[in-house]
This record gives sequence, structure tokens and C-alpha cells, in this order.
Amino acid sequence: MASPLKLSELPHRMAATVEVVDDHVPNDAIARRLRELGFVNGERVEVLAAGPVGAEPLLVQIGYTRFALRRTEAARVQVRIEVLAGRAA
Amino acid sequence: MSAADVLRLALVGSPNCGKTALFNLLTGSRQKVANYAGVTVERKEGRLHAPSGRHYAVLDLPGAYSLHAASLDEAVTRDLCRGFYPGEPAPDVIVCVVDATNLRLHLRFALEVRELGTPMVLAVNMMDAARRRGIDVDLVALERELGVPVVPTVAVRRDGAQQLVAKLEHVAANLHAPRHQLDAGTGIDPDALHTETRRLLALAVTMPRRTAAIDDALDRWLLHPVFGLMALAVVMFLIFQAVYAWATPLMDLILAGTAGLGALVGDVLPPGPLNSLLVDGIIAGLGGVIVFLPQILILFAFILALEESGYLPRAAFLLDRMMASAGLSGRSFIPLLSSFACAIPGIMATRSIQDPRDRLATILVAPLMTCSARLPVYALLIGAFIPQQQVAGIFNLQGLVLFALYAAGILSALVVSWVMKKWRRDKGEHPLLLELPSYRMPHPRDLLLGLWERAAIFLRRVGGIILSLTVLLWFLLSFPGAPEGAIGPAIDYSFAGRIGHAMTAVFAPLGFNWQICIALIPGMAAREVAVSSLATVYALSATTDEAATQALTPIIADTWSLATALSLLVWFIYAPQCISTLATIKRETNSWKQVAIATGYLFALAYLASLLTYQIAVALGAG
Repeated sequence: MASPLKLSELPHRMAATVEVVDDHVPNDAIARRLRELGFVNGERVEVLAAGPVGAEPLLVQIGYTRFALRRTEAARVQVRIEVLAGRAA
Repeated sequence: MSAADVLRLALVGSPNCGKTALFNLLTGSRQKVANYAGVTVERKEGRLHAPSGRHYAVLDLPGAYSLHAASLDEAVTRDLCRGFYPGEPAPDVIVCVVDATNLRLHLRFALEVRELGTPMVLAVNMMDAARRRGIDVDLVALERELGVPVVPTVAVRRDGAQQLVAKLEHVAANLHAPRHQLDAGTGIDPDALHTETRRLLALAVTMPRRTAAIDDALDRWLLHPVFGLMALAVVMFLIFQAVYAWATPLMDLILAGTAGLGALVGDVLPPGPLNSLLVDGIIAGLGGVIVFLPQILILFAFILALEESGYLPRAAFLLDRMMASAGLSGRSFIPLLSSFACAIPGIMATRSIQDPRDRLATILVAPLMTCSARLPVYALLIGAFIPQQQVAGIFNLQGLVLFALYAAGILSALVVSWVMKKWRRDKGEHPLLLELPSYRMPHPRDLLLGLWERAAIFLRRVGGIILSLTVLLWFLLSFPGAPEGAIGPAIDYSFAGRIGHAMTAVFAPLGFNWQICIALIPGMAAREVAVSSLATVYALSATTDEAATQALTPIIADTWSLATALSLLVWFIYAPQCISTLATIKRETNSWKQVAIATGYLFALAYLASLLTYQIAVALGAG
């Protein structure tokens, strides 16, 4: 089982699941919005692409929806790579 | 029943789920719809007359991901649903709209809305698109589990809301029946909403794949670091080429029409003030503006098609990093693109930008985007001074110059916002969090309706403000007449003639003659009037009848230097004088200080840039 890593560090097109969204500041509005958008424990997530300059922003698939997230936003999301779960299923 | 027997319905839901399309279908309105989050930024009201004879007041609200509002438009929805919106009671019934292809995100919000306890109907919209993708939604199971009525809708089909209306009638008739009871004590636990959403999805929705195959394929290319940027450049460039290349035949037709009409009226009526008002004032003035209708419509055809397709948020994705380093954000892209049509809706669209600093920066630079009212000015000057020729075999030189003018506006906006960012010493984090919707094929009928609407708006402007200002200007240019024994032309002695001559003291270094100075004043109310004013000024200055009926283009081509033309083109890149835009900035920022900053910096930039352009052009021998 791989250790958790940040969504911003996840290789492209690699299936992962969300562990938790961290608050970077007390009462973090961005973290709360990420949770509302579906970044919650157990949700499948994938980074599909990155922007042309400085690999910013990231194109992230969560649930049935795609979002453009800046790296600092994606860094709040802890994910776990799905290798074992994927084989088992 | 109280409140005049009119039930108040509110359409709520996550952004881009089709609320406004449904609103238009229910009420027969024609509010703007497009394929990106945040098209609707304020509450809109309409009437629904149900077959039973019952009347409903229907509210269309901005989309929200959560009642925990993160931006101004979401706050409107939150306040209205909770009954905190000033001067407006809470709705009697909430129609919560969800996109059948995006239920993981939208159902969570529906659950949050259900917790409000207001009677609710869930409209599962875009059922046609879901069916095409093989998505199956078990509405019966959903209704049973949610405990609220659930109906399928297809907002883009004429009969797509029949079941919704029938259900609403049923709900309205039983409004005083016991409501769905909630434990008010528990409040909303965010994790519980997600858990419940997953349970509902597992129970009621089967989905062959999480995204549309076409989206995956298109995004792979259109968001590619190299091909994506190339595609964006090609799309933008094509627009400017098309505006010139495709519009010419139609423009020639309109031009011939107005010239013929002017000659006809001039011959039929006896010479005198009425003849002069009709021929020199109205026909010359309005004809000079109407001729640009084809170009404006071509520009709008592209903008509308892009809005419908879902491509705009992709462009925002590609440009976000560059815009961020200039002190804006990818979220600024759509408001700024709207400003190419007109800065007013563009400035209003900034309400969907979460970060207040990004929003203010976007508002302040929005007037630098070349609005469609400036197009006639550019088109007139380019037509008169830039030769119609091919460059490198494929490009139209006039289209290239137009492209350069638009590019100059965009570059200036980036520089201005960069300076503002440095000024504030801003190091804070600005969120992006932008949804990229599914691609959609633009519907030809919607495009045509949209174009028809734009044409109507333009012609109303021509018939309203532009006509009034043209007539007013004709009076100011014709009276008082020349005194006995005067040597110069009569126009020099008129009110406007004197004002124009006085203004040249300030504007002569920019190469502006007194005719241009006069045209700048009414241009503050509507920029196109600068063109009609020039047409009227020159028609009245003409000494012979033949010269009076001549089109404006050859006149200015003969009498202005290239340096003057370039200087005026550059002036209109910045052109601070649009009163409606300044009023919108006041309303949206609620601050006279921001209005003063916008006016001041735009005027300073316009003056300096025109001064430099004129002086350099003269030094190079174009004077």
C-alpha cells in the first residue's frame, strides 16, 4: 500500500482515491470548497492534464466533473494511489 | 391563499445545470444561456401561466455549488433561499435543478437545499444528453429515497418541462399538506451529505463511464500544452479575419443603399433646414453606423458559438498561469471576453470571481477590451487608411491591423493589472477552482436567436441614443448660422464648431482636428456616435451638394494624414469616455474612488499613447 501523497504530486492519468483535504490556514475557505466539490475520503480522483506554462493549473477529474485547480489548491488534497484496489476489482 | 394568489417558485442548482434554459422554457423569456458556470449572476423574475389558470412568479437564481457562498452571485442564491434577501420573501416552492450527467456534484447540493425545509421539486435536467451517453437514472427510486417529487426535464426541447409543470400544479394544490419533516437540531454535516449522495447514486444511477468519450478526446488536444495554445490562437485569429473578409459584400450593399436614399431624399425635398436635417444629419449619421452591422454580427456569431460550445473555460484553463502572473486569474477570462461585446455585461460577469482582488483588477481592465461599439470606429479608419491587400498570401492586411488593435488592448490590460498587483504588493493566494463543462454542439436555432437579439439591440441603439445624439449634434452644428459678411464656412460659427475649435488646444498635439474633437463628446454616451458624428460634421461642412452626399470614408482618406488616423485608432484602444461603463463600475464596486481611478488611468493612457503615436508617425514622415 502506497503512502499518501498530495494531489499536486500525483502522476498524470493515475487513478487514486482521496484521503483527506487539509486546511492550509485556519477556517480555510478553499479547503471547504474543495470538500463541497466532492474531494472527500474515498472519492476517485485523477489528474488528466496540466496547463502550458509551469504545468499550472491542473485538470482534475473528481466524480463526474472536471475542475481546473491551481497547484496550491491541489496540494491541500491528500490522495492514495489505487494500484491494489484497481487489480482486486 | 395569501400574497395575491401568486406562488413564488425559485430555480436553484449547481452552476451550468440548465436553470436559465428551464426558466426561459417555463416563462417564455429569453435570458442568456451558455455553456459555462456563472452565466447568470443576478436574480431574474418571470411569469409562468399554468394550464390550470394558476400563476407563478418564477425566479431564476445564479448557480451555486453550496449554500456556503464563496462569491457574490452565490450569496444572492443563499440569501434568497433563506428569505434574507432584502425586500423579498423566501420562495414558496424551490425547484432544484440537477444535470443528469453530473449527479455526483449536483445531488449533494440538492440534499443541502432539501435541508432548508421549503417544499421542493427535483428537476433532473438534460435527460436527453444522459440517455445519449447511456446513463440511466431511476427517477422512481430517487423520488422514494429523497422524499421529494422528482421529474425529468429537457430544457432545450419545447415540451421538455411538461412533467415539471404538472408536478408543480400538484405541489401547489397541496401546499398546506404536512411537509417533509427534518430534524432541525442536527444541522448540515458535510460528510453526511456526501455519504447520502453516494448511497443515492449507487441505488438509482447506472453510468457506463464517468465522462463523455468526446470530452476526453477533445480535451486531450485542446488542453495540450502546444496544440491547445495553437488552437486558441487560430480560433482568435480566425475571428478577426472573418470580421473583415466575410462582411464586405453586405457592407457594400448597405453603403449603396444609404447613399441612394440620401440622394433621393435630397432631390425630393426642397433645400432648407429639413432637407439638411434628414440628409446631412439622420441619413449620413445613422447610415455611417448601420453599415457596421454585418461585422458586429459576425463577431457575435463567433462569441455565441464559443460560449455554447464549452470551449471558453478551456481557454481560461490555458491562459490561467499567464493571467495570474499579470495579476488576474483564469476566472477573469470569460468576463474579459464578454467585454469584447460590451464592458457592461463583462463587468457584471465578474461577480462569479471569488477573490475580491482578482475581481477588482478584472473590473478595472475590462474597459480595455475592445467592445463592439468601438468596432465601427476601427472599421472606418482601417477602411480609409489601410490598403486592402494580402500579406504572405493568406492574411488580409486590414484584418491584421484589426487584430493588432485588439491585441494592443489585451496587452495593455495585462500591463495595467500587473502594475496594480505590484502596487498592492499582493502575495496572497487567489483561488481558481474552475469547472470545465462537457462540450456541446451549438444549436443553430439558438445562435440565430442570439444574433437576432444582438441585431435588435444594435438597431435600437441606432434608433434611440444614436439618433437623438445625431439630431442634437446637427442642431449644435447648424445654429447659430454665420453672421453677415462672414468669410469662413458657417459651421465654424455654430456652437459645436466653436467647442471643437476650442478643444483643439488640448488635442492638437495628438493630431486631432476640430471635427474629431466634436465627435469625441457625443462618443461618451455611445462610442459608435463618434462615427455618425464625423459623418454629420463632414456632411455639413461640405460646400457642394455632391460632396455632402459622399460617403465618409473617402472624405477622411483625403483630408486626414495617416498620423492622425493612427493616433485616433490608438485613442480608441483606451477610450475612457463611456458613461454607462463608468456607471456600471460605480454600481459593482460601490466606490467613486474606483471610478476615478478607472477614468483617470484610461484617459492618461489614451492621451499619452496617442501623443506618442502621432509624434512618432509625423517624425517618420506620415504627417
